Amino acid sequence: MFWQQVVNAIWLGAVYSLFALGYTLIFGVLGILNLAHPSLYMWGAFIGLVCVTTLHLPIWLALPVAMLGSGILGILLDRIAFKPLRARHAPHLATLISSIGASIVLVNIAQGIFGAEVSRFPFDIFPVHVFNFGGVSVTLLQLTILGISLVIMVALRWLIMGTRQGQAMRAVAYNTVTAARLGIPVDQIIMQTFFIAGALAGAAGVLLGLAFNSISPFMGGPMNLKGLTVIVLGGLGNIEGAVIGGFILAFSEVMSVAYLSSDLRDAVSFVLLLIILLVRPNGLLGHSSTKRA
Amino acid sequence: MLKVSNLCVNYGAIEAVRDLSFEVKAGQVVAIIGANGAGKSTTLNTIGGLISPASGKIELEGRDISGLRSDQIARLGLAQVPEGREVLATLTVEENLRLGAYIRNDHQAIEADLQSMFERFPILKTRRKQHAGLMSGGEQQMMVVARALMARPKLLTLDEPSMGLAPLIVNQIFEIITEIRAQGVTLLLVEQNARKALQVADYAYVLERGQLAYAAPAAELRDDPKIVAAYLGE
Repeated sequence: MFWQQVVNAIWLGAVYSLFALGYTLIFGVLGILNLAHPSLYMWGAFIGLVCVTTLHLPIWLALPVAMLGSGILGILLDRIAFKPLRARHAPHLATLISSIGASIVLVNIAQGIFGAEVSRFPFDIFPVHVFNFGGVSVTLLQLTILGISLVIMVALRWLIMGTRQGQAMRAVAYNTVTAARLGIPVDQIIMQTFFIAGALAGAAGVLLGLAFNSISPFMGGPMNLKGLTVIVLGGLGNIEGAVIGGFILAFSEVMSVAYLSSDLRDAVSFVLLLIILLVRPNGLLGHSSTKRA
Repeated sequence: MLKVSNLCVNYGAIEAVRDLSFEVKAGQVVAIIGANGAGKSTTLNTIGGLISPASGKIELEGRDISGLRSDQIARLGLAQVPEGREVLATLTVEENLRLGAYIRNDHQAIEADLQSMFERFPILKTRRKQHAGLMSGGEQQMMVVARALMARPKLLTLDEPSMGLAPLIVNQIFEIITEIRAQGVTLLLVEQNARKALQVADYAYVLERGQLAYAAPAAELRDDPKIVAAYLGE
């Protein structure tokens, strides 16, 4: 029983991390909380669904197409909701409100196109195969979700820490003025960041859509709080922190559902958020918010 | 190399720079000196594309750059050592230096330049894997100069490179400036430390309250009694 829950928490944690990475990336580079991020996650799931049901693409192709689509949506989101505010040096609160507005628009468009009811992937979209390891069962789908999430996370880490592009991204995150003086096209880097964040959200949308086989325009709602909890847990803007936070949240959720009550699933996020803000407001891996000279 | 004509820069209603014209010829070291608030840094930041001028023209190698963004100007060959150093503190020393060469694509030459920076500044080699923010002020200043040189700039601007540094380190920084000059890089130097600046410069401009007060070869200004009284002291 216990080990079964551990297995469930691991694959769920991987997807939470994937989702939260995009959230924290935007915060790290731009210092803004993008509350429309869960809408990109929802759109990723729907794009994946349309690929499979309408375009009859195989699921392994639907995933990259959904990532591409939600990545492009991410860029549009920046151009429409954030860039005009950035150009006017608007305060963070304005950006936050703009992201809420964008999120409402994105959810309503989805509702208009796909309807408010729950959509599902076709039953035979992914081969049902259950592995048994001494009483603990794992499905092929769960293993695949874990594998894909880990590959994407490793690739992201390599991109940020090991490439020139990643160096430029971190330079922009630290100081846009200095980055521009060095010849780094700041606006272009921000655009790329939004694309990557959107693609990560889209991947999480398809994977969780597959896992729970339930896709609706409102699926982003609960993820808003979960994502926020994860990135605050790990430290806002901290990449490793988002990964660790994703697993901590998944473990807490799965264990409380298994041993306490399934009604508590969504309460767990609130409790974790409250505890971390009281005990360690900068997050587990966060540094103090003052920048060194 | 650089020609500034009738430059005016405003901060709101305040005229920070008024009708300023000066020139930096290729291979020259030009110093702009003046008191705090005379408009020296404003002038450099306007040349660097961070502030847009109210009027006037800035030409780099004959091309008007006054409407361009900072990163576009950097790609045309202007490297800046900004006031207060602006190290990318969360990146390593090596990453800082590599980003200095962001505008270049000649990978082999970049590696070679990186090695020659490590030879010239051994402390940067020792600390290459450390976060740049953990170094001392003098080490950071050397790193920022090295970072600017990694761009192989046509024109290098230095904004108060001696500010906040111990006298011994200030001497080192000026030795480095003399070396850079010997390599034929064109330099535009802004300094409050007028004595030091006039020692390394060929030509100097003195700014007073946003306006040009004197312009002369540095050697002449060093002996000018008015300059000595106002800026060099005894």
